[in-house]
Amino acid sequence: MEQPVTSLETGNTAVILWLEGGHWFQNKMRGIGIREQKTIRLVAKHPFNGPIVVEVDGREITIGRRMADHIITGVPE
Amino acid sequence: MKKIVLMGNPNVGKSVVFSRLTGTNVIASNYPGTTVDFSKGKMCFGKEGHEIIDAPGTYSLEPSNKAEEVAVEMFGQADLIIDVADATNLERNLYLTLQLLEQKKPVILALNMWDEARHTGIIIDLKKLENELHIPVVPTVALSGEGFSDLVRRFDEARSPAEIEPMNDRERWMKIGEIIGNVQQVTHRHHTLRDWISEASIRPLTGVPIALVVIFTALWLVSFIGETLITYIFDPLFTLYAPIVMSISIWLGPGLLHELLIGQLINGEIDYIQSMGLLTTGLYVPFAMVLPYIIAFYSVLAVFEDTGYLPRLATLSDTLFHRFGMHGFGIIPVFLGLGCNVPGVLATRSLETKKQRFIAATLIAISVPCMAKNAMVFGILGSFGMVYVILVFGTLFLVFVSSGIILNRLIKGDSPEICLEIPPYRKPDPLTVLKKTWMRIRWFLKEAIPFVFLGVLLINVLYAVGFVEWLGGIFAPVIQGWFGLPQEATTALLVGFLRKDLAVGMLLPLGMSPLQLVIATTLLTIYFPCVGTFAVMFRELGIRDMIKATAFMAGTAFVVGGAMRLILLGI
Ligand SMILES: Nc1nc2c(ncn2[C@@H]2O[C@H](COP(=O)(O)OP(=O)(O)OP(=O)(O)O)[C@@H](O)[C@H]2O)c(=O)[nH]1
Ligand SMILES: [Mg+2]
Repeated sequence: MEQPVTSLETGNTAVILWLEGGHWFQNKMRGIGIREQKTIRLVAKHPFNGPIVVEVDGREITIGRRMADHIITGVPE
Repeated sequence: MKKIVLMGNPNVGKSVVFSRLTGTNVIASNYPGTTVDFSKGKMCFGKEGHEIIDAPGTYSLEPSNKAEEVAVEMFGQADLIIDVADATNLERNLYLTLQLLEQKKPVILALNMWDEARHTGIIIDLKKLENELHIPVVPTVALSGEGFSDLVRRFDEARSPAEIEPMNDRERWMKIGEIIGNVQQVTHRHHTLRDWISEASIRPLTGVPIALVVIFTALWLVSFIGETLITYIFDPLFTLYAPIVMSISIWLGPGLLHELLIGQLINGEIDYIQSMGLLTTGLYVPFAMVLPYIIAFYSVLAVFEDTGYLPRLATLSDTLFHRFGMHGFGIIPVFLGLGCNVPGVLATRSLETKKQRFIAATLIAISVPCMAKNAMVFGILGSFGMVYVILVFGTLFLVFVSSGIILNRLIKGDSPEICLEIPPYRKPDPLTVLKKTWMRIRWFLKEAIPFVFLGVLLINVLYAVGFVEWLGGIFAPVIQGWFGLPQEATTALLVGFLRKDLAVGMLLPLGMSPLQLVIATTLLTIYFPCVGTFAVMFRELGIRDMIKATAFMAGTAFVVGGAMRLILLGI
């Protein structure tokens, strides 16, 4: 099932399938460690459309909700 | 002389490497975005001297904020690059490494945080990595100095490999995948207590209570340490000093020199706060009133910075700070601004857009009280009771929130979202904390003392030439009619431009009621920044935005002062 990382349950893990957006967005995400094929875990989701915290490669990263909505994840085959 | 530039991702230890290579200390902290400007230092090896430059961290050579722009600019000037990479996060760090190699400048790679890589079970085959990148790779631990003799010895081997050709993004990431597959082995890591604390402090339900406890503990610590230093060290010192200045006063006799050095005698005695002489108030204010709190604040801040808690706080406050047209990272400049507004305004460089930077800088200057302002508030109102002190800070908080909301509406431009790496919690090293605190204390003394002296001098001159009465007369309608203060308070506001803390001695003798003093101190903090902050805002924002910010501050002071008169004085 394909879904944005923001739809995961807190604590759950998925694989990043693609980054939906322009060059700038993709570069920014990849630069900070959020890349296709990586396993991503949702650590925290802040209320009132606040940011989410994810863990990739053992590192926590905080990202705004709108950006996070464009990180599309799925379950690996 | 060769220019050697330290390049690397944020928070990989570049500044510690710089301090170690040059012997010049610069601020290093456990969060990305500590360094926002370059620092230069010198080191010798071989026969020549070399210039070493510490640059801000960047994820790529396409800058996304002002700090990263500085890094890219420094890269342009470099003759040799020390690429500092975080060994525990090699894959991501290699992106910048490849970009650097494609630019055809000689590069040497320092694999820093080698100690942490060892602990977390990350194994990197150095020989293979050298073969892949075609440059020297040296493992280092910047904190202990491990690997540094190797690093320096191998500077000569730095090269720009012809084997690495310009690539596009996709090719670069493919190449990185290939390299990592060849050189790195990661043993599976179990969740540790540290991970557990890390998650508890960043989740909303547990994180917010933790943040409140942490902040209140920190504030309590600052005031406790500050008061202790005053009671047991600084006040006793000035008691010892009193007979000395008194004998100087008697020896000088009345006259111009006495006015300047000692100032007015109050009931035949020297009053450290009100006398306004260079050797009395000029020394007492910076050393006995402000310095103790500077020491207290910066030692607590250093511990905070080095643990890595600040990015977590930034995450928790993100939603709130979006109301003010910034994102959560904005809380870091605000925190730094509590010590002194100047480094606070500088730290806004890590925000992405002009709008964010303008709002952050203006809010700091208008409503974030630095230690000198805090000393002033406590110095003036402390003896009347805490309720008055709280009135001032409460008003400042309201001004912060409402100005933030208004500026967010008023200022055009983007407020992009947060995208912040959270560093692992680290145990602060006591020696590093001490060194960092000492560096900031020295900076305070160097910057503040000349202005205190200048302020004292100015007060004396202005009184002598009758300027004070003249100005008081002009501003009387506003000061008296609108703010409900005696017209002599004008001078305090004027001198506040040089040093806010000097105003204590000028407001106290005017016999105002505590509520009038609440209005006066609030106005003093918001109406205008001190010269230092003014200068740095001018540099960071440019003249047009500086004028805008100043107009906003004056307008706010006018409105807030009038409102306070109505509410507090009921007239
Ligand atoms: N364990 C360990 N910690 C280190 C090492 N080098 C630096 N640190 C710590 O890592 C943190 C970041 O160091 P900085 O020197 O501020 O990093 P920077 O690369 O200059 O960061 P920015 O200026 O934000 O780009 C600090 O808390 C240092 O004490 C190291 O080799 N090992
Ligand atoms: Mg640095």
